[in-house]
Amino acid sequence: MSTISELILARASGQESTNAGDFIKAEVDVALNHDVTSVLAFEAMREMGADRVWDPDKVIMILDHVAPPSSVNAARVHNVIRNFIREQDMKNFFDVNSGVCHQVLPEHGFVKPGMVVIGADSHTCTHGAFGAFATGVGSTDMGAVLARGKTWLKVPETIKVNVNGKMGNHVHPKDVILAIAKEIGVSGATYMSLEYHGDVVRNMTIAGRMTLCNMAIEMGGKAGLCETDDKLYKWLDQRTSGPYEEVMADEDATYKSVLNLDMTGKEPQIACPHNVDNVRPVSELNKVKINQAFIGSCTNGRLEDMKQAHEVLKGKTIHPDVRVLIVPASRAIMKQAITEGIITDFIDAGATVSNPSCAACFGGHIGLLGPGEKGIATSNRNFRGRQGSPDAEVYLSSAAVAAASALTGYITHPEAAQ
Amino acid sequence: MKLTGHVWKYGDDINTDYIIPGRYMELTDPAEMAEKVFEEHDPAFREGVKPGDIVVGRTNFGCGSSREHAPIALTGNGVSMVLAESFARIFYRNAINIGLPALECPGIHDAVEKGDKLEVDVTGGVVKNLANGKELKFKPLPEFMVEVLNAGGLAPYLNKTEEW
Repeated sequence: MSTISELILARASGQESTNAGDFIKAEVDVALNHDVTSVLAFEAMREMGADRVWDPDKVIMILDHVAPPSSVNAARVHNVIRNFIREQDMKNFFDVNSGVCHQVLPEHGFVKPGMVVIGADSHTCTHGAFGAFATGVGSTDMGAVLARGKTWLKVPETIKVNVNGKMGNHVHPKDVILAIAKEIGVSGATYMSLEYHGDVVRNMTIAGRMTLCNMAIEMGGKAGLCETDDKLYKWLDQRTSGPYEEVMADEDATYKSVLNLDMTGKEPQIACPHNVDNVRPVSELNKVKINQAFIGSCTNGRLEDMKQAHEVLKGKTIHPDVRVLIVPASRAIMKQAITEGIITDFIDAGATVSNPSCAACFGGHIGLLGPGEKGIATSNRNFRGRQGSPDAEVYLSSAAVAAASALTGYITHPEAAQ
Repeated sequence: MKLTGHVWKYGDDINTDYIIPGRYMELTDPAEMAEKVFEEHDPAFREGVKPGDIVVGRTNFGCGSSREHAPIALTGNGVSMVLAESFARIFYRNAINIGLPALECPGIHDAVEKGDKLEVDVTGGVVKNLANGKELKFKPLPEFMVEVLNAGGLAPYLNKTEEW
């Protein structure tokens, strides 16, 4: 019987069932666009002979990557987009300072279980946390979605990931996904979906499940998916309205493979340069000195992450050799962090707090690393040159480890920083 | 469809940040993207690449970001195709969508050296290394993708196709 991907893609293609390997044409429920990929998508749409997007209410546009613009060209691109929004009568436009697209979309109630979400961004898989089949595409594919409201997909095989055991102190969803990446490898899930099951996932916050789904692409995955539950429906109720489709894999679904991960006794995990599967427990790193700590992104810029960092940083002073950049993933998160006094404590500790955006994650905006520098980041990629100089090194971790490392000046277990 | 070209050889996990770094994602002009190709990863590429040249990778070619800038930066330098043991899926789609053949060819990495001249039968599924006579077979692309390539990419293809 069916995996989550097979179930959702059957409905989306108007069939009773689909099987991994089938080529289908899926109706798209939400088309996600942002500032650095969409201009090419508009051009592709027009080249396909379409003047209007197929359904302006289903297209969401967010300016998040180079926001506010840090170059004249980026400012020009933003204006091309604003003109397109006006010309197409699109209501769902989130200008500079709204936040990162993958946070803004669910926060504003655009994503519901069972939907097909296509985004012109590789981390679109984040929305699998809401029981949606969500995947990233390039600009020409997005152009086709804008023009026709459909896309072609190969129904993916699925790796079932069962995460059980007891999570230790200072061990967070980021440590779970890095442990999974270590097992599966950077291309071990290419063309496939990852389904996350088990007690650890069931007990996880929605924010944590978003972190798991977000990094499916780092293993080559097409989608990362969680089953829906009451916790999710409650989260959704605060942002949209039901009824919600229950999305569950069939018990006898056919999986490509199964990975069982026991979190009992696991330490915080670090992805070392320059690949996301180069993962080691924090105790194996020998006082790696850092110049920058970045806490933010669609992977770990949520309120839960701000609180993890706050727990470590409040009342303390950041190491003089480290610059700390904290960027909440959305305006709502930033406001809540201000209300709770978190941002004031960050600033008192010596951190730079910047406006909701992708910021240092993709190395095209603020917070770049210079030659020979090392950075720890809560984001999703540590490729050479990803966050600035090709001679810099990026380590990936949870917000708790990034904050602890900011205090000591080297990559540190949160326990040791207290 | 038979094409010939000289090889530029790379390894595993050639990500889209290597092909064109994130700070150039704000570019919208293909000619400008082409100037930035492999800027840090292999500056010699831009200086030496000739029209028709072939990029060869090993596994997971094009992993990372969804930026279409990456295949555009390659075609903008005259690259005629990318051959690899395996591709990351978004790069693969993007390449076909802009009319750049991305061909999964088992054994290709070990069968060629930088500068070798290859003759590739894209639709027939055969690579001939003219430098050493080695021949490799690969599974040809599905018919739908060949039609997209023949049209010059998904945009011109869809422009002529009502049924979608």
